[in-house]
Amino acid sequence: MHEEIIISGFGGQGALFAGQLLAYAGMDNGKYVTWIPSYGPEMRGGTAHCTVVISDEPIGSPMVRHPSAALTLNLPSMEKYQPLVKAGGLLLYNSSLVQSQATRADIRAVGVPANAISQEETAVLLGTHGDARLANVSMLGALIEATGLLTLEHLENALAAHLPERHRRWLGPNGLALRRGAAIAAEALGAGVPTS
Amino acid sequence: MTKDLWKGNEAMAEAAIRAGVEAYFGYPITPQTELLEYMARELPKYPGRVFLQAESELAAVNMVYGAACSGVRSMSSSSSPGISLMSEGLSYIAGTEVPAVLVDVMRGGPGLGNIQPSQSDYFQMTKSLGHGDYHALVLAPATVQEAVDMTYESFALAEKYRTVVVILADGAIGQMMEPVELPPWRQPLTEAERPDWALRGANGRPNRVLTSLNLTAEGLEESNLRLQARLAEIQQHEVRWEEEMTDDADLVLVAFGTMGRICKSVLRTARRNGLKVGLLRPITLWPFPSERLHELAGQVQRLLVVEMNAGQMLLDVQAAAAGRAPVHFYGRMGGMVPLPDEVEEQIELLMREGTTRPYAAQSSANGKLPSLPTRVSHPVEGSRHDNITTY
Repeated sequence: MHEEIIISGFGGQGALFAGQLLAYAGMDNGKYVTWIPSYGPEMRGGTAHCTVVISDEPIGSPMVRHPSAALTLNLPSMEKYQPLVKAGGLLLYNSSLVQSQATRADIRAVGVPANAISQEETAVLLGTHGDARLANVSMLGALIEATGLLTLEHLENALAAHLPERHRRWLGPNGLALRRGAAIAAEALGAGVPTS
Repeated sequence: MTKDLWKGNEAMAEAAIRAGVEAYFGYPITPQTELLEYMARELPKYPGRVFLQAESELAAVNMVYGAACSGVRSMSSSSSPGISLMSEGLSYIAGTEVPAVLVDVMRGGPGLGNIQPSQSDYFQMTKSLGHGDYHALVLAPATVQEAVDMTYESFALAEKYRTVVVILADGAIGQMMEPVELPPWRQPLTEAERPDWALRGANGRPNRVLTSLNLTAEGLEESNLRLQARLAEIQQHEVRWEEEMTDDADLVLVAFGTMGRICKSVLRTARRNGLKVGLLRPITLWPFPSERLHELAGQVQRLLVVEMNAGQMLLDVQAAAAGRAPVHFYGRMGGMVPLPDEVEEQIELLMREGTTRPYAAQSSANGKLPSLPTRVSHPVEGSRHDNITTY
């Protein structure tokens, strides 16, 4: 197993944390992992991305030109990474923010209404209409379902272990967002309802 | 022992603390700043240890010099432009023959350059860390684990040889996260363990003098000879490198640090495609694994040096190969990192046409000298404040 994943979005959408979560889950399950962020003179609202490699073998390059999967949380990210995904690879895009459809026929593409899922799952705790803070995690759920890379439990364990103390109350909603993302991918890819 | 995910910069700081570093002096600069931040947060938690953010790199390195003279385990860290500012102090440390550890998380240059990963400080670190006849012992990590292990060990090396030890990382190693197993705790030196040359107060004993100043030519030559003898000892005992699949290789890649690990991906693809490619990754850049490269050059058809610079280690490889095998080069500059497919393409070119194609030939400049820009600015995409951008 060797997956090269790019996660990209606006600053604040949690692209970097989602990547760390994936790396933790991989590491906790005996895989070799690397996580490397884009860094630079970034500004709030600018784009941020990270590259995560998860492998059964020691990892050479932590950077990739053509990822096997791209999680794109906004339109600029989708436009940037759709052409770069490896043939046969996976493109996940946040269909709450991206109105257009994927155009490549040689990759698997799934739109995940990540913001909508997040708003619904955060509404109770926030006592409002909810917000988009779980969009990143619902996309991770779709990634797990679509690739078979790790399991939802692996991700949930990583969340439980690494979610900062001040965010503990979000553990439950995170789990729900994760599973709803997975269900969307399962339905879109015709793989049935996720069993895990 | 369990592993945890660590960012390179923070992991190096933790490794230094575990190695018993007592004094850290530094000044923030990207992409190294997390190392200093970690020290600022963690080091003061240990009684008797000191973190100090100096007013400049120049001040920081001279604080290291002072602490080292008093037999205190001390270090600094910076990134390329900051290291340049430290050159004078590093030379004084070398000339005074006191131990010190320095981490350089390289960024693109020359000048203020940018903050992306680069390897363009190779010459500076291995040949010219400051004025005068000396070398630092230079270690180049390719993984976060290696950066941790090297930082941990660097203090013992510095103390053993009374020299400057440099951990030469780059922005990628500094910024990336990887699983790391941390080394065990070592206590700082006790008073009884302080070196017998350290300046600790001369009450009740003859005074000691530590200086790099020696106004007689005979005297200074003598201390130079002593320094050279110690450097020769380092060359004899501390050369390190890693080899992969060189036994039957027709072509051997030579790359260090981040580029060295990227070349491991290249190696795997090449082997899958039936190409007999091997890798030699120098781990110490000074002393350089010249002897082994000389041997290898006698048994392979070609060497291909790949660097994130214009070809610096290349000169050491050429000298080691001494004409026994052609030495080719591929590199990118300015913070660009050659990715595996680029290097694979160069290998194919070498196999087919016997030559590489420099990146310059592929770029819009097409080998021609472009006109110089008339105005220099540091634009930040979309920023309303590009006149106050700080790096």
